[in-house]
Amino acid sequence: MLQLTWLIPFIPLAAFAVIVLWAYPRRQLSSSIAIGAIALSWVLSWGVVAQAIAQRLGMGERAFHLLADWVPTGDMWFRMGVQVDPLTAVMLFMVPFVCLMIFIYSVGYMEKDPRYSRFFAYISLFACGMLGLVVADNLFMLLVFWEIMGLCSYLLIGFWFEKPSAMKAGLKAFLTTRVGDVIMLSGLLLLYVQTGTLTFADLFAPETLHRLAETTVPGLGLPWATLIAMLIFGGAVGKSAQFPLHVWLPDAMEGPTPVSALIHAATMVSAGVYLVARTFPLFAAVEHGPQLGLVAFIGAFTALFASTIAIAQDDIKRVLAYSTISQLGYMIAALGIGAYVAAVFHLITHAFFKALLFLGSGSVIHGMEHGHHEAAHYGHGKHHEEAKPFDPNDMMGMGGLKAKMPTTFWTFLVGTLALAGVVPFAGFWSKDEILAHAYEAFLHEGVVSWPFFVWLLLTLAAFLTAFYMGRQVFLTFLGEPRTEAARHAHESPRSMTGPLVVLAFFAAFLGFAGTPWANAFHHLLAEGYEVWVPEVLHATPFNLSVAALSTAMALGGLFMGWWVYGRRPLQAGEVDPATRLGALYTLLRNKYYVDEFYRATVIRFVLWCSETFFGFDDKWVVDPIVDAVGAFGRWLSDALRRFVDTPVVDGAVNGVARAMDFCGRGLRLTQTGRVQNYLLVVLVTVLLLMGLYLYW
Amino acid sequence: MVPLSWYLVVAAALFCIGLYGALARRNGVAVLMGVELMLNAVNLNLVAFWRYVAPHDLAGQVFAIFVITVAAAEAAVGLAILLAIYRSRETVNVEEIDEMKG
Repeated sequence: MLQLTWLIPFIPLAAFAVIVLWAYPRRQLSSSIAIGAIALSWVLSWGVVAQAIAQRLGMGERAFHLLADWVPTGDMWFRMGVQVDPLTAVMLFMVPFVCLMIFIYSVGYMEKDPRYSRFFAYISLFACGMLGLVVADNLFMLLVFWEIMGLCSYLLIGFWFEKPSAMKAGLKAFLTTRVGDVIMLSGLLLLYVQTGTLTFADLFAPETLHRLAETTVPGLGLPWATLIAMLIFGGAVGKSAQFPLHVWLPDAMEGPTPVSALIHAATMVSAGVYLVARTFPLFAAVEHGPQLGLVAFIGAFTALFASTIAIAQDDIKRVLAYSTISQLGYMIAALGIGAYVAAVFHLITHAFFKALLFLGSGSVIHGMEHGHHEAAHYGHGKHHEEAKPFDPNDMMGMGGLKAKMPTTFWTFLVGTLALAGVVPFAGFWSKDEILAHAYEAFLHEGVVSWPFFVWLLLTLAAFLTAFYMGRQVFLTFLGEPRTEAARHAHESPRSMTGPLVVLAFFAAFLGFAGTPWANAFHHLLAEGYEVWVPEVLHATPFNLSVAALSTAMALGGLFMGWWVYGRRPLQAGEVDPATRLGALYTLLRNKYYVDEFYRATVIRFVLWCSETFFGFDDKWVVDPIVDAVGAFGRWLSDALRRFVDTPVVDGAVNGVARAMDFCGRGLRLTQTGRVQNYLLVVLVTVLLLMGLYLYW
Repeated sequence: MVPLSWYLVVAAALFCIGLYGALARRNGVAVLMGVELMLNAVNLNLVAFWRYVAPHDLAGQVFAIFVITVAAAEAAVGLAILLAIYRSRETVNVEEIDEMKG
């Protein structure tokens, strides 16, 4: 089974090629190929996972390796290789399964879309990217698959490119993540220059890490490991939408909902976290270096920052988008304080329940759209809907969907409880592990330390998370329908609710893989890891006060959600009670004006640069130079024509002709036409020759 | 036996007479006759040299016969041309025939 690991990303790639090149006119066939391919990958992956666990594969030396020469670079080869270690195994557990669920869900969701085949081709390519990223055994391959995902993300966000907003969102995502990618690429280049290798096994050998940690960057006074880790973290910030590069993710919700679930919640955005987890030995190489502090700060800040924005959004998917940013912040912050296992655990559980929530919201949107059509069809309710254009994503227009969409409601509720961190749902265990780790670390290091900062911010974020999720559930599913569309909504087809139920099962029970008493997850992941980083991987003991506090936060948040939105359900046309917060609400609703800030600074600056360079190019320097060269050329050719061509070349040609003419005229005289003259010439010639012969 | 030089003197005289005729006469027919004389002077030389120098070879005689043949052809062609000229120009005066003047 392990020998077949390379097939895992390859099968979806083949599916992509087959759909694009051959199957695309047949919709049914295209989706079947895509689903078949990902199902095959899934089966293979779980086989690999099972074997990896059974063989107790470890990190580093003890990982499974498969290699092939790939790209020659001078006298070196970049090797294409796959690697299976515990981190890969847990990712392989999650990624193909969530992909499969979302593929199946897409069959129902995209049913009416004219570009149905293309959608399945793209998500197959995306699956290839993510799976390839996970099994890659070196940073070069990882970067390649990373970029493939960036491309797919762009294509899928802009999937409905007729909408200008979708097109712009795709561009924004691509350009924003590009900023991070460039930083990351520079990190990789420095790493390659310093070590001469990008393979994980070689990079994380103790002596290499030691050397990177000991030698300092000339001029900066930092160890190489710190600088490189910070640069690589730049890539993670872009991909995982951390502050300050978070702006693209909420806009990415312009894509179809399965894409939001797949790429912008469950898998791709966690690639950044995966990258940090994968290169964690590099981060941990220098003890108490600024790199981990930076990671912890960015993560914790983003977690709180995004969750505050989420409470003031009305778009059902945008709330979840900010929630995703916030949860990714949790993982990053956890990595920053060394809670490696907890971060990866949260990554896995989050993927399941966030995919569930997104698919649930997709189901709601689907139901709302159908309800809207139905309402329009039967002609009622038009009179009080004309005020505002219909937006199926607007939670203010929902309400009371619990009765219409029971399966969606119950699964969504499971996802909500998991995200809020209520015992015993999956999110509780992973979030609690992070908080417990932070708490323990700050007891150790004192209050003025990163762990305390992280713990404080994450606990506050946990409260806000529970609050906005409560708000979402109460606004969407409970109370009375506030529009005709909501009144006519109905449950989505089985291909959509099926995956919801499966994902809900995992969201509810996956947490038991990592309970503090029997932490199978910890055993799996930490085993063998101490080769690299021994000190950070002791299991975090269960801390009752932390657990109690986080549960209290979760329940308090949900209670507050009920207090504001559930106690007295919102009526149609009523404004959000949160508007009573006044200026603060406006600030949150406008996402702290980060977009506006970027527009006023970065984008203006870039545009100014472009204009300046344009002027430089077109008006002042380059064009005048080009023009001058042209004018000089013309002058030169004119001079050549006048002083060389006409007198010399033409003169030579004409002179030759004139000489010929002169000779011809002379010779013509000898041609008298009289035979006797000729004969005389012959005689004289013969006599002369004879004379010569005789008397020479 | 008559020495070789006698033949040669006769042939040379004949050749000179022929040459003079060919160069100086104005009548085209006379010019042809001069050419004929020169050719026959050559024949005389050929036969004389054959007889005195290499009597066992047939080369001299054969040469002479060839020259006679060629001379006959030449005379025929030359007279035909003269005839044609006469028909068109009413003259055989070679001074007046300068169609080939460049």
